[in-house]
Amino acid sequence: MSEFWHDAGCAFHPVSGPDYLPVTQLRQLQLHRFQAVVKRSYDNVPLFRQRMEERGITPADFRTLEDTRLLPFTVKIDLRDTYPFGLFASPMSEIVRLHASSGTTGKPIVVAYTQEDLRVWASVMVRCFAACGLDRGDIIQNAYGYGLFTGGLGAHYGAEALGATVIPISGGNTDRQIMLMKDFGATAICCTPSYFLRIVERAPELGVDLRKLPLKAGVFGAEPWTEEMRKRIEPEANIKAYDIYGLSEIIGPGVANECCEQHGLHIFEDHFYPEIIDPKTLEPVPDGTEGELVLTTLSKQAMPMIRYRTRDITALFTEACPCGRTVRRMRRISRRSDDMFIIRGVNVYPSQIEEALLAVEGTAPHYQIVLTNDGTMDDVEVHVEVTPEVFGDTISVMENLQKKLSASIERIINIRVKLRLVEPNSIQRSEGKAKRVLDMRKK
Amino acid sequence: MKIHQLSMFLENKPGRLSEPCRVLAEAGINILTLSVADTQQFGILRLIVRDWEKAKEVLEASGCVVNVTEVVATEVEDRPGGLTAILDIIESAGLNIEYMYAFTFRSEDKAVIVFRFDNPDLAIAALQAKSINIIGGVELYERVKQ
Repeated sequence: MSEFWHDAGCAFHPVSGPDYLPVTQLRQLQLHRFQAVVKRSYDNVPLFRQRMEERGITPADFRTLEDTRLLPFTVKIDLRDTYPFGLFASPMSEIVRLHASSGTTGKPIVVAYTQEDLRVWASVMVRCFAACGLDRGDIIQNAYGYGLFTGGLGAHYGAEALGATVIPISGGNTDRQIMLMKDFGATAICCTPSYFLRIVERAPELGVDLRKLPLKAGVFGAEPWTEEMRKRIEPEANIKAYDIYGLSEIIGPGVANECCEQHGLHIFEDHFYPEIIDPKTLEPVPDGTEGELVLTTLSKQAMPMIRYRTRDITALFTEACPCGRTVRRMRRISRRSDDMFIIRGVNVYPSQIEEALLAVEGTAPHYQIVLTNDGTMDDVEVHVEVTPEVFGDTISVMENLQKKLSASIERIINIRVKLRLVEPNSIQRSEGKAKRVLDMRKK
Repeated sequence: MKIHQLSMFLENKPGRLSEPCRVLAEAGINILTLSVADTQQFGILRLIVRDWEKAKEVLEASGCVVNVTEVVATEVEDRPGGLTAILDIIESAGLNIEYMYAFTFRSEDKAVIVFRFDNPDLAIAALQAKSINIIGGVELYERVKQ
């Protein structure tokens, strides 16, 4: 046993039982639940029924897990088109909670939960926290925004269900975050990785050394981040930074989480069935191949999602995890096809720029990508904040830094970008998801 | 012998220079001399003040990136060829000047120039060997008072 229970974070927690189901049993459970959710959607959601009928299939045609490919996909637009309640599979009398997206690109999308959905949500969040080595006795500072956004309440009820102590501070007010973290002795924090960087940056200015606080874990999600970012965050605060994944359309946070191995996120497959597809052909690809993550909710009542296209790019691991969990792992999501921008015909993801910048010693992960068009050609300008580590007092030192950074970017994306060094703190800090791309091109 | 110089990174935008100057003014710190090196996008402000530690503290608190470098201040004869004599010494010692700028005050018939050398210790030795007067921090601040 001692071989893989080598870390306190890997200790088995009873709440994580379903993470260790024997694979054959797990597949049976998935099939059983999949059939039930297809039937539930067919019976209660007109859009889904119509799409099944167009394909000439009924729930009875769904006999094995391979039959998932018969089913139509669901996309974000479907949620907008049926705004607000068109995809609900439960009557309002059974729905106890609504959440909604911010709707920055038009109408928000709305999601719903029954009492049972909330119980399942809390249970998967509990399994996330347990995978991060957290338990009763831990003090979890929940800096995800409370309200319509699923992050705040999702993490909140999960932490309570675990039996941990929750500090429901919500997002923002960095100085107070740091004060309470110190005074209450928080042992874990939940927030976006970019917001945690803001905390890391601010703490010394308030005379607080995060490394000396009881804080031991960060549960970071709601935006893609990179391995390089983890390498920066962990020593600065002397914590383990774990990646959590989820999306409102599926349930909110709690779809997948890293274990103590910090190598890939375990998908809670007994509730969320993952497939990876080629986003061009829409055909499923074998485990290990990169593609778009497609998820089906296996137990959701109020708003089941069948083959929901997440737009997140990842790959499922083929090998078993040393932690012993049998639920499959997916590679951390460092890019979304939504975030992708096309510049001079090349697909570029902000995470590639981040990776390139962090590869240069001493740079901070504070950057913004500005896209412009002078009427003929697209231009990318990457703004990077100067840190004391990289600031030299001669022009040549700074110009070399500029060259080094733009060469590092060019190596990764094969496009020459303009690199602009900017003053510290001049790039706006977010208290939620970081805004990495500023697209000023005329549409 | 060496003098502490503060350097700051500034974006090349209207109003960027006034911010650090205002911060120093509010802290009651007088700028003895300064220079700005600039490119189209950014500039580096270098300045010499008496209480450089306090200046660094207030500038950093205001959000500036501040670097401390050691520079050398020498007396230069204020006549045609005065600077050439100094440069000849540096050149024949095989040393490199990264940049230089002048103080606004002069002492008697001499100007005072600040040099940033890649190797300040070797430069001081070479200049002193030729009896060039290097002005240390304490002496420099005394002269400013006069």
